[in-house]
Parts: sequence; structure tokens; C-alpha cells
Amino acid sequence: MKDDRTILEMKNIHKSFPGVRALQAVDFSLCEGEIHALMGENGAGKSTLIKVLTGVYEKDEGQIFLKGHEKAVVIRSPQDAQKLGISTVYQEITLCPNLSVAENMYIGRTKGATVGWSKMNKDADKILESLDIPAKATQQLASCSIAVQQMVAIARAVDMDCKVLILDEPTSSLDEQEVQKLFKLMRDLKSRGVGIIFVTHFLDQVYEVCDKITVLRDGQLVGEFEIKDLPRVQLVAKMLGKEFDDTSEIKNTELVYGGDDASQCVFEAKDLASNVGIKPFDFYIKKGEVNGFTGLLGSGRSESVRAIFGADKVISGTVKKNGKNIKISKPLDAMKNGIAYLPEDRKRDGIIGDLSVRDNIILALQVLKGFFRPFSKAQANKFADEYIKLLDIKTASKDTPIKSLSGGNQQKVILARWLLTHPEYLILDEPTRGIDIGTKTEIQKLVLKLASEGMAVTFISSETDEMVRTCSRLVVMRDRKVVGELSGEDVNQNMIMSTIAGGDKE
Amino acid sequence: MGNANKVTLQQKKSGLTDANLLLIITIVVFFVMYASAMAFLGEGFLKAQTLFDMLNNNAALIIVSCGMSLVMICGGIDISVGGVVALVSMCSGIFIEYKGGNIYGALAVSIAIGLAFGIVQGYLVAYLNIQPFIVSLAGMFFAKGMTTIVSSDLESSTFNVMNEAFVKIKDIDIIIPFLGYTNKHGKYMDAHIEIGVIVAIVIVVLLFCVLRWSKLGRNFYAVGGNMQSALMLGINVRRTKFLSHIMCSLLAGIGGFVYFLHIGSGSPSHASGMEMNAIASSIIGGTMLTGGVGNIIGTFFGVLSLSTIQNIVSSLGLGEAWWTGITIAAMLCLFLVVQSIIMSRQKIMLAVRNFFNRRKN
Repeated sequence: MKDDRTILEMKNIHKSFPGVRALQAVDFSLCEGEIHALMGENGAGKSTLIKVLTGVYEKDEGQIFLKGHEKAVVIRSPQDAQKLGISTVYQEITLCPNLSVAENMYIGRTKGATVGWSKMNKDADKILESLDIPAKATQQLASCSIAVQQMVAIARAVDMDCKVLILDEPTSSLDEQEVQKLFKLMRDLKSRGVGIIFVTHFLDQVYEVCDKITVLRDGQLVGEFEIKDLPRVQLVAKMLGKEFDDTSEIKNTELVYGGDDASQCVFEAKDLASNVGIKPFDFYIKKGEVNGFTGLLGSGRSESVRAIFGADKVISGTVKKNGKNIKISKPLDAMKNGIAYLPEDRKRDGIIGDLSVRDNIILALQVLKGFFRPFSKAQANKFADEYIKLLDIKTASKDTPIKSLSGGNQQKVILARWLLTHPEYLILDEPTRGIDIGTKTEIQKLVLKLASEGMAVTFISSETDEMVRTCSRLVVMRDRKVVGELSGEDVNQNMIMSTIAGGDKE
Repeated sequence: MGNANKVTLQQKKSGLTDANLLLIITIVVFFVMYASAMAFLGEGFLKAQTLFDMLNNNAALIIVSCGMSLVMICGGIDISVGGVVALVSMCSGIFIEYKGGNIYGALAVSIAIGLAFGIVQGYLVAYLNIQPFIVSLAGMFFAKGMTTIVSSDLESSTFNVMNEAFVKIKDIDIIIPFLGYTNKHGKYMDAHIEIGVIVAIVIVVLLFCVLRWSKLGRNFYAVGGNMQSALMLGINVRRTKFLSHIMCSLLAGIGGFVYFLHIGSGSPSHASGMEMNAIASSIIGGTMLTGGVGNIIGTFFGVLSLSTIQNIVSSLGLGEAWWTGITIAAMLCLFLVVQSIIMSRQKIMLAVRNFFNRRKN
């Protein structure tokens, strides 16, 4: 224990999964009455660390110390963690919607074989009132808003005398006012001496309520910082693993193709918003241009392009293609208008594992043509051969099931699928994730080649240097809002990071 | 605007929960149905004994349906109960008629068979994570097969139990005062119910209390509502599921004995399709197949509704069995639609509110 105020200390935590070292020598400590943000990009190890702490995973190495316990504590299950005073409130509510608020607060932890309703309701009301939570004990949980349900989960934890409260992305599905109510509750708990670990993607929220930040990257500890010592832009740099004042970086201008200023917009959107919570945004792309959406994980980059493609329910906005108003309410509308979209999660949204490479390639074109007019075998083979050669897809034959291909080659097959439809506008969401460096470069080159032939391309990648190399214009997002647009000389790492951070360049 | 709007939204009625609303609908539907039968069909329905006969004929179904509701509330299903009832009544019959056993021994045999089914099926479902439907499907075939096997040595697989001690108990009628009627010959007939009805009502009351006031009962609801959450809330999910299956099969055993007491014979074709009637009664009674919602009182009225339909159909002179089937199907459809509307009513109300807000702006 560092000092008296430290209530939790995790030392030298290691955890590996087959093929991945999820946590390497991570230290973490929490004081009482402290709100401590745990931050990091995809694969940083935040959730693994939380799961180790709550006993969902067993650590390979390392020790966990708690105030009041002489020796390192052993946590094997969420129940163990709860008994030690460590409670977790997850983004997905882990309460029972069919029971009443009071029952959800007390079930599974009372003594005796019977339920004393009147006492339970009275106690629950008392706690709800003291924490200023707008719910009644007898109300069915499902009739409360998500925010209130989360607060009920917190109330349960508080009543269980928790010392360490973990809030795992609690604000993702809350609106502004609900977030404020949650923060009020968090501050209240803080003043009672509870240590809170706050996991979130929202930078503004971190700077609003937290005292300290611990940043993880690729399973390793980047550092623990006092909030006042870490300007936003530095935080962003640390999360992305770049140095902010890295002046040695030279932009590879030959590769980037800027498009023709005079040419008209291939696609234009105004006040576009979808039902997954992104704020309305304007957007345009020109013929032969490569642009990109950039931002931290959870900033809304994928959601934006999903809105463009109609993959999420569009709730507002108008879209134009080549200057004409069009309506896109589902992916098929977008496809018919010459828009193609390569989704982020290729395993889930992209490939159909058991179908052959050939069938995967012709799928999108077949959808456009209609399933009742199938391609002849010869035609399909011709298409498949053509694109296997064009994209240099390494496959045993065109009849091989796609699931037996490597990640990079699967990605190429899906790219081929969309190229076959000859789109005017191609959206690539994380096309280079999880594939080897060689294929990454090939895909980047291909994108630039397509653009030079007149295709408009939107390219998204979580690696900013890749974005800088490929895109001539960047739309920057933070907390599900478009916060800036960079073009020309401004497309560089420093500008991206400072725009994400919100302009303060200390 | 938002602020005021939000507050009212969160403080809005805590009144009726989904489960209570479903229960009220069930009870109202039953009374409306029965009252209109009394008004339009008159005759039989005006006699209190008709209602008591419904209870006499369905005491076993009430008990079995209660067990079914328990597993369904806990998120499972048990379609072996019909087979268990058949097996139990066959075994009890053989035990008394051919093995010289007494009625208490037969009761013990019934309970033992029920428990055995419950333990095996519960173990498979709860600890080996096998789908309850599949497990109890196997259980159903096994019980039906066993019923035929145990009766294969007899000269006739269908037989009446003539044992005097048994017949005496079987024929006990409990007289309900003041509700009798005068028959065609001008003779006053007492209104009466059988022992089985008393058993069924005791079980209904008992289970109602268990589900409402015992921790085990509330755990059934929690596990059925969201198994993952229940686990996180510190409930022993496996044990809860295990116990739900044990209780269901045990009740099927007791139900089988009550059935035997009512019918007084053994036959492999007894109680065929009873599991489906039990499921239907539970659903009509407001139990949801998805788990977490249900009420034993509702189930009781579910059984009564089902048998009222059967009575109405036969008094209309539509004697064929398929008429009953079609009416029950229609009624199930109705209840399922009502349930899905109720479960989505929060969404619907939100949508309506949004619609009006938008028009205002």
C-alpha cells in the first residue's frame, strides 16, 4: 500500500490469451474518494484489467491488494469481488427487468428463506432518496429509463458497502441530462469515500469528473496521471501511442491524391443522423477524392458511415448524389445508388464463411441483379478469376470456402465483391485491421489507384499514420460529433490529435 | 423543454406491473366468458355443480399446470409431465390392484416417480446445460414407453381398479352446502367436490405463497427474467433451475395420483396431451414462455378458462373434438397477442408521446 488513502492496488498484472498478451506488467492503484479514469484504444486491455479485478478472468501473474487486507486478496468470481467490496456496473444493465426496483437491490444477498416486502421496500426507498435517484421501490425495473436502471445498480452496490465501484462505459447510452445526473451521483459517492474506476470513451466526461487517469495501450501501462497535469492533446497522443511534438514525420505527398476541385460532389449529406446517437453532421465527397473519418474508438466514425450507407436507421438529414436528392433508408438503396460499404467487422458483417470465394465475390452484384436471375456458372467464374488476379488474392481455388483464407485475403475478397458492382463511391471501414503489413500497403495503394481512376473513397482506420498517408481530407470526430475538418497541409498527426483533443495545444 | 418532460417520464405510474396486468386480464376473461355462458346458454351453466365438476375433472390439470408455470417462470419448459401423469396413474393402479398395495403406498410411489424424473431432468438441464425442451422430450418418450412396459404383463393394459378401500376413498364427496340443485325428478342433489380439488387448491395457495414470499420463488423470477443478470446478482442459477424442474416433476407425480384418484383406472392412453393443456393453461394464465413473468392464480384461472371453453363448445352441440381445438387455438392466439402488446407497451407509449411532441414543435 502506498499510503493510507490507497484502497486498491494491482501490481504487475499479467494475463495472456492464446496468441495474445492482453496485459503485461500492468500496475493500477486507486485512492478512496477518487474518480479514476481508465483509458485506452481498442485492445489496450481496459476490459481485461477490469475482468481480472472482478474475478471474471483469473490473472496469470501479479497481486491485488485491498485496504484492510494484510495479504494479497484472491478473487475468483464476481461474487468474491462483491464480498470484498468491489462492485461493477456494466454498460449493459445486469439487473432483472421483470422484478421491482427494490427486489433488484436486495435479491441474492439477503439472509433467511423469505422475503420481507414492506421492510425491503422501505429500506430501498430510503437509499434511493438519499442518493437522489428518481425511482420508486415498488416500480418495475423495466419501466425505468436506462440511466435510472444504472443508478439502481449503483444503489445496490452502495448498499452492499462497496469500497471500489467500477463503472464500465456507463454513459454510452445516456443523454446529456442523464449523464449529468449520473455524475452528480458519482460525486456524491466520492464524497462518501468510495473509489470509482470510470471506463469511458468520452474525453469531455473524463475531464469533467475525474481526478486521475491511467492510460493503457496494447496491454501495457502507459502511465498514471493527475488530470491537471495531462492536457487533452497529450492524453490523445498517449492513447494513440504517438508523440504530439513529433516533427520528424514527413507526409508522403506523392501517394495522396487530392481529387479535382472543380469536379462536383459525388455524395453530399446534410444534417445526417442515425438512431445510434451520432449528432447530425454535414458531409461531402468529390469524384476522385479519398477522405476519411478519424477519431478515437467510440467517437462515432463507424456510425457515421453506417448512416451514409443506411446500415443504421437514419432519423434525419437529406442526401444528394451527383447533385440530385436521393433517399437511402436501407443498404440496398445505397447499393442501387452506386455506394459500396466494406464493414468494420468482417467476420460478423462481411464474409459468409462457408460459401466459396467465388460466391462471396459475386454476392453484392447478385443482390443488385435480384436473386431470381442468377449468374451462370461461367459468368461467375469469369468474375471471380478476374478479381482474384486483379487483387492478387491468395486462395487455393475459387471454390475454396472463404473462411479458410487468411484475414488479409478475406478482406480482399470482400473488396472484390464491392468493386465488382463498380461503385461510384466506396466506403472502407477499417479495411486494414488485423491483416499483415504487406497486405495493408497493398490495400492503401489500391485505394489510391481507384481514386485516381475517378472513384470517391472514404477510408477509415484507427491508425492515424495510415489515414495521413491515404486521405487528402479528414473529418475529425469526438464524442459522436464532428468537431473539425482537416485538408491539405493540415492532414498530419499533430493536427489530428489536437483537433480530437479539442484545440488546446499546450 | 426537456427537463420537465424527463421528470414526469421517470416519475410516471409505478402502478401495474406487466405480470399483474396479465393476471387481471386472465381473470376478467374467465368471468366474462362464464357470465356470458350463463346468460346465453343458461341451463347447465346456472348450476353451481357445473363449476364444481369443472374443478373435479381438472384438479389434476391444475396441479400439473402449476408445476409447468414454475418451470416456465424460471425460463424452462417441461413437456414430460403428461407422460409422468400416465406412468404414475398406471403404476398406482397396478400397485393397488395387482400388488395388493394400499393407497398410501400408491401415493408414495407417485411421489417417488415424480422426484426421480425431476432429479434426472433437472440435473441434465441445470448442470449439463442441455435445452429443457430436448431433455423433457426424451423424458416424455421414456415415460410413455415405461407406461406401456409396466402394463405389458397384464391381461389387458386398460383396467379398472376395483379394490374396495380405494373405491371408498375415490368416491368420497365433499358436500358444499346451499349450492345444490333439484334434478328432473324433483330430487335435491347436493353440490359436491372431490378430494383432488382440495389438494389442488392447497397446492395453488402454497405455490402462490412460495412464489410471492420465499427467496426461492423470487429467484425463479430473477433467473427467468435474465439468467446472466441473476448470476451477477449472486443467485445460484443452476440450483434454482434444478429445483424448478424437481418441483415441476414432483407436482406432475402428485397430479398423476390425483388423476388416478379421479379416474380410477389405468391405461397407456391416459393423460395424453396433458402437457400441452398445461402449457396452454399457463400461457392463458399470463405466464410467459420467455420466462420471468407468471402467476399461479393466473394458471388456476387459465385451467378454468380452458375447461369453460370445452364446456361451451359441447353445450353448443359442437361435439367434435376439433371444435374445442380450434377455439383453444384462437384463445391462445389472442392471449399471445395481448402479451406481446403488453410487453412492448412501454415502447408504444414512448412512440406515441414522441409523436405528439413532434407535432407540437
